[in-house]
Amino acid sequence: MVKGGQWGDKLPQPALSRLDHVALFLMTLAIRPSIFTPPSAKKSLPDRLFRAGTGFMAFLVFMSVLAILVSLWMGAWPALHKFGFRFLTGTDWNPVTSEFGALVAIYGTLVSTAVAMFIAVPLSFGIALFITELSPRWLKRPVGTAIELLAAIPSIIYGMWGLFVFAPLFADHVQPWVTDHFAGVPLLGALFDGPPMGIGMFTAGLILAIMITPFITAVMRDVFDLVPAVLKESAYGLGATTAEVVLKVVLPYTKIGVIGGIMLGLGRALGETMAVTFVIGNAHHLHVSLFEPGTTISATLANEFTEAVGPIYTSSLMALGLILFLITFIVLALAQLLILHTSRPRLSTA
Amino acid sequence: MITLYQRRRLYNGALLSVAMLATVFGLFWLAWLLITLFSQGVSWITPTTFTQITPPPGSAGGLANAIVGSILLTLGGVAVGAPIGILAGTYLAEFGRDRGIAVTVRFVNDILLSAPSIIMGVFIYAAVVVTTGHFSGWAGMLALALIVIPVVVRTTEDMMRLVPDALREAAAALGAPQWKVVISVVYRAARTGILTGVLLSVARISGETAPLLFTALNNQFWNTDLGKPIANLPVVIFQFAMSPYEDWHNLAWAGALIITLSVLLLNIFARIVLRERQPGT
Repeated sequence: MVKGGQWGDKLPQPALSRLDHVALFLMTLAIRPSIFTPPSAKKSLPDRLFRAGTGFMAFLVFMSVLAILVSLWMGAWPALHKFGFRFLTGTDWNPVTSEFGALVAIYGTLVSTAVAMFIAVPLSFGIALFITELSPRWLKRPVGTAIELLAAIPSIIYGMWGLFVFAPLFADHVQPWVTDHFAGVPLLGALFDGPPMGIGMFTAGLILAIMITPFITAVMRDVFDLVPAVLKESAYGLGATTAEVVLKVVLPYTKIGVIGGIMLGLGRALGETMAVTFVIGNAHHLHVSLFEPGTTISATLANEFTEAVGPIYTSSLMALGLILFLITFIVLALAQLLILHTSRPRLSTA
Repeated sequence: MITLYQRRRLYNGALLSVAMLATVFGLFWLAWLLITLFSQGVSWITPTTFTQITPPPGSAGGLANAIVGSILLTLGGVAVGAPIGILAGTYLAEFGRDRGIAVTVRFVNDILLSAPSIIMGVFIYAAVVVTTGHFSGWAGMLALALIVIPVVVRTTEDMMRLVPDALREAAAALGAPQWKVVISVVYRAARTGILTGVLLSVARISGETAPLLFTALNNQFWNTDLGKPIANLPVVIFQFAMSPYEDWHNLAWAGALIITLSVLLLNIFARIVLRERQPGT
């Protein structure tokens, strides 16, 4: 028979020795060092003010995004209320009849961005590869800086240059040739059909590509540099070529960061305004051909906002802005998550 | 017959040549852009460019009002944005660190850093221009400040984080309260880096056009009153370049060269300052 308490009696009593007390105290101290803080050293008023002041500013940064969302939503509401879901699917953009649909602008944004990514991703990969693996040490910094300067040049300069210098050359020497040679090819023929005007979706995409290349390159460089040398050296030691090391060791190791960098470029390309406004042609028409003029969300805003008459027109433009902000926000948020997953990217402030 | 070894060598050579070509291709655009800008812009920059205001089409003039307007807007934008950015960056580096709220702010800030600048214009239009009832230099300034803030927050935090904690601890051990540690030790150590961030933000906004289009608008007359629409280089370039007039195009090229030169010089200067500060980074 077991009586209550009998077992407990038999257990050794945990008598705390002096040493245990010291250990306990040290453990408490490790968890909560502030028990040792004398009252006089508690946060003083200036300290609390400083903390609250800087904290408020940080909070302001956070609130600005909410403020942008709310004000765009409120501005866009009349149009969204009037057109409803039709706003997203409508292809009409007619200020005279006050009929607005965003599909053409959204399509233009996505297509010009797709062209840009198609060019910029391999280009950035090549440049990052050159700088991290190929370039002699003395050349790394000049080349890196030069590529980063591409990002510093204002968007409007790209636009002007695209319109006055690139577009005429492109129209005279490249477009007719491309149109002729791809004429019979299915799909490609339709993509590169149309009058050689120089401006249009393709030109916009190409200039966007040059503009976002420095951003993608910067992230790729940073994550490539994160690959432990030992990893690469062991591959080289097994007799791998540089190409094999890059494609089979470096890329798999850094793929999340690389995708993050690509998303960052994507976010930039979607919202880029002035360069695109100059060269896309600003036509509210849907065309399959990349040589036809089109428009993007940002170009529509830049061109029409100040001329918009009537509440529905302005509101429709606000709604376009809201759509753009939501798309870029999601893309950039994904980019940040992916890049954070590998490392914090070095500053890309230009 | 190609052996496996030869095929691998070939493949390697191909990839590396493509990488080299990509780099040359990237540099080629930069060179082409700069060469065009110089050849088109240089001949149109004359003393009158800096002394006369923007002309109507067909007559002579300069860009004086646009240059002054741009300087005012840029300085104003930095004066509003930089202090907010530095303080917010200080919070992230000194107090927030890895707390949930700091992580969130950092995340949002990095998104703002790449967010389309035209959205800032639309936002300020809705918040300021509609409320006050007219376009104004103040609105343009605020739109620019919104672009300055994320740049400065980011650089400030990065630079303050580079300051070793041992320095903070040493100051705290001497009895300095935290605000004093931050101001006299951390700020002092990170001073150059923070300044670089501010410089880079100046470079960034001095070429920004999209946020000014429907906030500061434009003004063909001489105006330094920020309460009214104010001329500024980017919007003038946009307007002139899109116009059908030859002499306006020429002025646009002159303006484009002025802007690009100042932006590039600011960038290079900021880089040199930063590099001298931190050898080996």
